Amino acid sequence: MRKLVALLLCCFVSVAHAQLTIEITQGVDNPTRIAVVPMGWNGSTPLPEDVSAIIAANLQRSGQFDPVARTSMLSFPSKDSDVFYRDWRIMGTEFLLIGDIEERGGRYYVTYHLYDVLGQRKVISAGQVDGGAGQLRDVAHHISDKVYEKITGIPGAFATQILYVEAFQNTGTQDRFRLMLSDADGARPRMLLESDQPLLSPTWSPDGRQVAYVSFETTRPAIFLQSLATGQREQLTDFTGLNGAPAFSPDGRQMAMVLSKDGNPEIYTLDLRTRQFTRITNHYAIDTEPSWTADGKGVVFTSNRGGKPQIYKVTLASGRVERLTFEGEYNARGRVSLDGKTLVMVHQRDGVFHIAAQDLTTGTLRILTETNLDESPTIAPNGAMLLYATRFGGKGILAAVSLDAGTKYRLPSKQGDVREPAWSPFFN
Amino acid sequence: MITKAMKQGLSFVFVMAFLAGCSSTDTKTDSDADAGANGGVNTGTANGGSLGSSDGSEEGMEELETVIYFDFDQAVLLPEARSLLLAHAEQLRGTNTSVRLEGHADERGSREYNMALGERRANAVRDFLVLQGVNRSNLEVISYGEERPLALGSGESSWSKNRRVEIDY
Repeated sequence: MRKLVALLLCCFVSVAHAQLTIEITQGVDNPTRIAVVPMGWNGSTPLPEDVSAIIAANLQRSGQFDPVARTSMLSFPSKDSDVFYRDWRIMGTEFLLIGDIEERGGRYYVTYHLYDVLGQRKVISAGQVDGGAGQLRDVAHHISDKVYEKITGIPGAFATQILYVEAFQNTGTQDRFRLMLSDADGARPRMLLESDQPLLSPTWSPDGRQVAYVSFETTRPAIFLQSLATGQREQLTDFTGLNGAPAFSPDGRQMAMVLSKDGNPEIYTLDLRTRQFTRITNHYAIDTEPSWTADGKGVVFTSNRGGKPQIYKVTLASGRVERLTFEGEYNARGRVSLDGKTLVMVHQRDGVFHIAAQDLTTGTLRILTETNLDESPTIAPNGAMLLYATRFGGKGILAAVSLDAGTKYRLPSKQGDVREPAWSPFFN
Repeated sequence: MITKAMKQGLSFVFVMAFLAGCSSTDTKTDSDADAGANGGVNTGTANGGSLGSSDGSEEGMEELETVIYFDFDQAVLLPEARSLLLAHAEQLRGTNTSVRLEGHADERGSREYNMALGERRANAVRDFLVLQGVNRSNLEVISYGEERPLALGSGESSWSKNRRVEIDY
């Protein structure tokens, strides 16, 4: 059967027309005014990407910046000597980013400066970054990260990527499922896998080099591991029943998952080197959706052992299980932030499914989203935003919200139903 | 799966078998137009085969509903499901007919939890049939969670159709 299933394995096949476009729906109250001046460029042909526009869009999407429109700029300095603070001060600009792009031997070299306009000082002096012909977006994301960190004190996560599943399901036609990879802003979507059987639960290895997911291509669910660089795949599980919800441990040595081979859905860990499976939970109820705590010593999971789905945590060394959520009748698919302070989850209130965040110290739960049918929250590696799946205009889309709920934006898809985002780690 | 749409409106195994055969032409047309996605043909063929065998096994076979419905976040059989399953058990008892029990959930809540819930539902159907004397080894359970809705769209009218177990002869 396996060989009959249409399965198109593509490593970095461009699907340009399916790009997700951003719609910002809410930003913070007093965003920082920043002018991102078009970068100087003396080449004979236009650059393939507008680096400054990408940087401005990145900063705006974070919700913490209000980029100055180009049409409002009084001058377009690209060199340090061309900067006059008063041109920017009179417009209420707080920060100014300028830069110059040169091309040598097919490679772009960017020099950029960031100014504190009110303080009349340079805060980044002659930052340098270079990239090949196809890497101007990466260059823009890199500069965005530097600017964001300099001003907010938080590392930027613009140079990261996301995985997601795109599904095409219409009455009377064959279902199609695609595992997609794109930049964090939805640009440059690439198809990693296509199948006519369900694909779900994509997740990253902590080094960002591999992805794992569940595929029904064998007519039953199985967990697969796939290298991003080579496209090489490996089937990790082939048990009777559920084979789902893969989650790499923070050190990348183990994978937690759900298996129901012994009759009930239970959490297991797989040692990726020895290929040894260890059963972690033991309960007749549903235990599923494992996710590691940042220190790798515990796994949070969803269980309906209390009658309704709630989130629990098991300490691996002792096997001790504790319940983490108590508010509401449906809390599921928890993810713990990297600082260990916040648990985000799917939370039902008044029959509506939202994304909520619970402070793990105080226990206070806060609903972050106003949309309905929200699921699959995934936190950015800098902890500032989370992506989730929701429905908008009758379609599955991805949306983002900051962990303080102050900033919101949507990444609607022009094509199929988009779902199950997984935000990459930092690539170092 | 091309037969998914056909299955939606059809309750009778007999009719399903008949139409699954007919629909193979549509399947090919669809996949031709789709250029490259020819998986529908394979899936359709596999389905048509199993449906055909049940059609031929007993000419006057009882016309039974093949979808069992459930309440939200529940895997407990409803009273009407029990009477239907008794009829299926009657039909299956003492035979070697292989049946695939496909568990499903509506779109609400999280996907992997729904995957487990779909399995719970299919297990409930399996356990009931086994208690009624059906050979357990002839019953295969698989869950698709919320990945294969019968009715597209959001709202209770769709959700109630999607919280189900399909008995696939």
